[in-house]
Amino acid sequence: MDTALQGALVDEAAGEAVREAAASTTLSIEGVHKRFDNHFVALQHIDLQVRQSEMLCLLGPSGCGKTTLLRIIAGLETQTGGRIVQNGRDISLLPPRERDYGIVFQSYALFPNLTIAQNVAYGLVNRKRPKAEVQARVDELLTLVGLATSGDRYPGQLSGGQQQRIALARALATAPRLLLLDEPLSALDALERIRLRGEIRCLQRQLGVTTIMVTHDQEEAMSMADRIAVINHGLVEQVGSPQDIYERPATPFVADFVGKVNVLPAVALGGGRFRAGRIELQCAGDCSTHAPGEPVRLYLRPEDRATAGALDGAANRVWGRVSKVEFLGGSCMAEMCIDELNGQPLHIYFSLNQLHDLGVRVGARLELALRSDRIRVFDAKGAAQ
Amino acid sequence: MSSEALRTAGGRRLRLSRDDLIVRGVLLAVVAFLVLFLLAPMAAIFLRAVQDNDGNFSLAHFAAHLQTPSLLRTIWNSVWVSGTVVLISVPMAFVFAYALTRSCAPLKSTFRLIALIPLLAPSLLAAIAFIQWFGNQGVLKPLLGWVGLTTIYGAPGIIIAQVYNTFPHALMILLTALSLADGRLYEAADSLDTSTLRKFFTITLPSCKYGLISAVTVVFIYVISDFGVPRVIGGNFNVLAVDVYQQVVGQQNFGRGAVVGLLLLIPAVVSFVIDSRVRRKLHAQLSARSVPYAAKPRRGFDALMTAYCVLVCVLLLAVVGMALWTSFIKLWPYDLSLTLRHYKFALIEGDLATAYTNSLKLGAYTAVFGTLTVFVGAYLMEKTRGLELVRPLSHLLAMLPMAVPGLVLGLGYILFFNRPDNPLNFLYATMPILVLSVIIRYYTSSHLTAVTALKQLDNEFEAVSASLKVPFYKTFFRVTLPVCLPAVLDIARYFFVVSMATLSGVVFLYSHDTVLASVAILNLDGAGKTGPAAALASLIVLTSAAVCLLYSLATRVLLLKTQAWRSAGRR
Repeated sequence: MDTALQGALVDEAAGEAVREAAASTTLSIEGVHKRFDNHFVALQHIDLQVRQSEMLCLLGPSGCGKTTLLRIIAGLETQTGGRIVQNGRDISLLPPRERDYGIVFQSYALFPNLTIAQNVAYGLVNRKRPKAEVQARVDELLTLVGLATSGDRYPGQLSGGQQQRIALARALATAPRLLLLDEPLSALDALERIRLRGEIRCLQRQLGVTTIMVTHDQEEAMSMADRIAVINHGLVEQVGSPQDIYERPATPFVADFVGKVNVLPAVALGGGRFRAGRIELQCAGDCSTHAPGEPVRLYLRPEDRATAGALDGAANRVWGRVSKVEFLGGSCMAEMCIDELNGQPLHIYFSLNQLHDLGVRVGARLELALRSDRIRVFDAKGAAQ
Repeated sequence: MSSEALRTAGGRRLRLSRDDLIVRGVLLAVVAFLVLFLLAPMAAIFLRAVQDNDGNFSLAHFAAHLQTPSLLRTIWNSVWVSGTVVLISVPMAFVFAYALTRSCAPLKSTFRLIALIPLLAPSLLAAIAFIQWFGNQGVLKPLLGWVGLTTIYGAPGIIIAQVYNTFPHALMILLTALSLADGRLYEAADSLDTSTLRKFFTITLPSCKYGLISAVTVVFIYVISDFGVPRVIGGNFNVLAVDVYQQVVGQQNFGRGAVVGLLLLIPAVVSFVIDSRVRRKLHAQLSARSVPYAAKPRRGFDALMTAYCVLVCVLLLAVVGMALWTSFIKLWPYDLSLTLRHYKFALIEGDLATAYTNSLKLGAYTAVFGTLTVFVGAYLMEKTRGLELVRPLSHLLAMLPMAVPGLVLGLGYILFFNRPDNPLNFLYATMPILVLSVIIRYYTSSHLTAVTALKQLDNEFEAVSASLKVPFYKTFFRVTLPVCLPAVLDIARYFFVVSMATLSGVVFLYSHDTVLASVAILNLDGAGKTGPAAALASLIVLTSAAVCLLYSLATRVLLLKTQAWRSAGRR
């Protein structure tokens, strides 16, 4: 299974490289800064290049400034510094109406007193296109979002997911070159959210429209984005493909925010070796920047361990006792108190099959190997090594 | 504005689009309107109070007034009478509102309708009716002896008539406060086996605390600044509001009038500050998500509440009924045969038909122009951006009229617009100035209605239409206005009804050609012609009631057409 995954990753990486070469920047955010009237600094200094036809997710906790950034791109807020260039045109100071984008809000903001067809046609009618042309475009869009027969109904008669599709159709009707999505799925229930994720992504690929999506849901960002920009305290912490962000988090914040992670306090010994508790842990990769004696923190994801059957010759072998098992459906998360770490609990991930095969249950003792190639080292203050 | 990007010390501004320019222009116009017709007249009062009669700075009027021996007595009278009305009217309205929201009493909507009738009448109607009941020749005069009174004239008459007048005002506020209750709190209390009394003191009262404070301030301001009732039923009992009227109309002493006006403004401004703080908290409570409380039938309690509502409604109807009856009988109490001669006298012999038509015109103009100004103003303040420095001022100006007693506003209008050097002098004593003064006087409550309706709209409509390159005013006409139509129609009806009944704001501003029905009632009553006064007052009540009825029929048809989306079935 692991090798299959590795293979897929290699493919992804290759594809990424090809896309990168072909991609040209369509929106460039240069040193954008935002301080509100109450002196709250929402954005410190944002540099971002958005590529042609990609889906970029702005991911971060609430209050990190991601929505402010989206609103600045839309011209709904004014930056206090920096500039924004779209297709070679400086749009930093243009009012919203003179910018080229479509937007979908969390609340959808559908006009309740207009029918679905009138909502979708809202921006088209204003361009004084012939009636037949408008009608044809509306039909085309409603078909595109799978609601071809709902044109005569009012937004209040549709489900949340259907309203979301209409909001999307309305935003796309005028064929903007940039699509902005502000937490578009957060008002939906879990199943609808997962279905729409796929549909939006599919539509975006089909139309090739450059898209920026704001979300606080890392799973949503990972499943939909070509690239993710992780934002925290008004700064971009890391930009990269979902795999990049997950496997090679640039900062402890990214490691923490995206996916689950175990943190082990340790002291560098030099040569890629670290003392944690009573054990010396081996880390593959370039860890030489940490001088011996320097305190560090080791980050390890719950799935980055080997179990019985794959332990032969593996480094970092430890014993632990299962103290808790959280059942997640097809998998489970166990909490194990590791002997060598003086009983410090680690979250370890098991598939349901492994759960049965290895006899993982509260009180069981198991041997594990912490994968040396997966351990990320950050200094104790939190900067990436 | 140049197309160049604007730079400011703090940062940068977006280039202004045509939409922005229109928004800013209209918003500035609304603010200018409020400055000119609210702030400037208030400033004129203040200036006049600190000038002597030759226009030099002097505190002579203050000094003279403060030396009036009766002044302290007058202030004390105003305060304790207002306080007493609060103590009677607010609890009475609270129990009534409680019955309407928390019991399963039958006929609730009928009770509510009857309770709101006093709003349709000029405040004088109550005074006239109570004189008929308890005056020197009143049917129930012997009742006075039981409670140790010798006469209804004076404080007792003012208090009872003002309780009648303020009851619906307090009721409306308390109904809103009580209907905001979160049903889940009561369910939680029930699951913890809480006693009814404890629920009342730990859930009900705290949750409508702000509504109660608001009702208290509204009633207090109403009573302390109303001069019609004390003038008719007050006898020799002096209050501040009558003092202003006498200084200005009786003695033409504007300086002294301005001083008393300022005194009257003090309690109003204090209540305004309290009320605006309270409203902010009320709003926070309103936006919380809650499950509405649903009353469960409780036989004894429901019967008690029904009995209370019936009693209050009978009392309220007895007042308006007495006024109606007075207008139809020959001569109280000697000849009780029915006649139309009071109507004939009022409308034909007294030549007051113009007064009635003037009131109708005032109502119509105010409904149209007031609604337009208030709704456009509220829309711009709530839903647009730009001019961030002007916005706090615009909000303040929209809330301020609530704090200005009508009499004081009217006095300000004379002092400001009657100055020969004021270019707007031509407005003085015309219909437009009456319309303007009524719009300003009732601006705040209409503004709040509009704001509440606008707040229910998604905040991003304007952003969406900008992204679709649709000008904001198209969205205003296609979406905002149609969706808010019920509120807009409510505001128009409110403006009409209050214009028909208003007295204290316009009593300084009418001329021979623009005399209003409410003013004519005051003058008729002053001349001892109670029958015709009652006839005219009844005519106002009947007209307003008829208009409200027609209006609800017409709006029902209109709303059926424009609000189809509301009733369209769900999935």
